[in-house]
Amino acid sequence: MTSTLVENHFRIGKLPHIWCPGCGHGIIMRSIAVAIDELGYDKNDVCVVSGIGCSSRAPGYMDFNTLHTLHGRALAYATGVKMANPDLKVIVITGDGDCAAIGGNHLIHASRRNIDITTVVFNNNIYGMTGGQYSPTTPTGEKGTTAPFGNIDRNFDLCNLAKGAGATYVARSTAYHANMVKQQVKAALENKGFSFVEAVSICPTYYGRKNKKGDAVSMMEYLKNSTVNVKAADKLPKEKLEGKFLVGEFYKSEEPEYTEEYKKIIDSFQKER
Amino acid sequence: MTASKEKKLYVKKDWCKGCNICVAFCPMNTLELKDGKINIKDIESCTQCGRCELLCPDYAIYLGGTEDGKK
Ligand SMILES: Cc1ncc(C[n+]2csc(CCOP(=O)(O)OP(=O)(O)O)c2C)c(N)n1
Ligand code: SF4
Ligand code: SF4
Ligand code: SF4
Repeated sequence: MTSTLVENHFRIGKLPHIWCPGCGHGIIMRSIAVAIDELGYDKNDVCVVSGIGCSSRAPGYMDFNTLHTLHGRALAYATGVKMANPDLKVIVITGDGDCAAIGGNHLIHASRRNIDITTVVFNNNIYGMTGGQYSPTTPTGEKGTTAPFGNIDRNFDLCNLAKGAGATYVARSTAYHANMVKQQVKAALENKGFSFVEAVSICPTYYGRKNKKGDAVSMMEYLKNSTVNVKAADKLPKEKLEGKFLVGEFYKSEEPEYTEEYKKIIDSFQKER
Repeated sequence: MTASKEKKLYVKKDWCKGCNICVAFCPMNTLELKDGKINIKDIESCTQCGRCELLCPDYAIYLGGTEDGKK
């Protein structure tokens, strides 16, 4: 026995998932399923695509059309799926490494094209699957197996990156704010264009241990206490924002969507004939 | 009191990984870990807020229909 939600949207035989105790990925994956459920989409109209990483294991558990592809390349495959069948609701599940390191180029160009794909990045600030190497979102000064004395790179703000590259829906939430993840994924799926949701996750096993962040509960407490909603941020004095990061909807706009523009060209030739 | 509640709180011990998240964030202190697995300590205190279900990474605790299946 399990909940109706899990029964209807997951491949029960594959559960429990392989993620570590207290890994935030499970919470975010559930929120995505609730979002799809609440929007009432037919399961056959949804395609979930991922690359490689702990986060990218998610589609293996989700009972939709699913594709588990190559490291960094989820958006390239998803673009192919969407071009071949523009009626599908295409969701990319990716990690910070998958999306912003090896896959960074795909991210900026999918954003630029404004192709109607919803990307949810499970950002745990590290490469979990391969043992804790630092990623483009590991904060400066924090540690990874490949940065034993502290990371000297500056970290990406993924939302700013996606917005700058042309995404038309950009939002951030966290594993602690599971209902916010759901709401943002719903808004992202309803946006006709490239939507980017950064769901900050927790990796107690590597990021937590390497950086002495405590157990899963302490890491969830951190997410709870270190976030400020973007709507409230303007009204707060600067010192109240120190050490905090922003969550909420950062950007929304209407721009021509890629598959629709492509269809216009096809249609113009079909009319000629 | 329990009879008037709409739903029932279920645990699925074989999926629980003992992370303690639901125990720590339950506002009513309803839950505990017993031998490393989720256990309902005091069902009377549960307000069915759904937070444990929302935050359990392993889907090992949830609110479902009542036992008699009427609701
Ligand atoms: C082409 C290629 N390069 C490197 C790897 C090794 N590799 C597998 S997962 C991964 C990083 C995953 O990190 P992230 O995307 O942040 O996901 P997480 O595991 O943290 O959820 C790497 C480098 C690979 N599988 N393929
Ligand atoms: S290594 Fe980290 S990201 Fe991977 S399953 Fe474990 S806690 Fe999650
Ligand atoms: S439903 Fe709410 S009150 Fe009841 S056990 Fe879960 S978190 Fe606690
Ligand atoms: S949150 Fe889930 S996995 Fe963690 S202790 Fe509670 S029931 Fe078990």
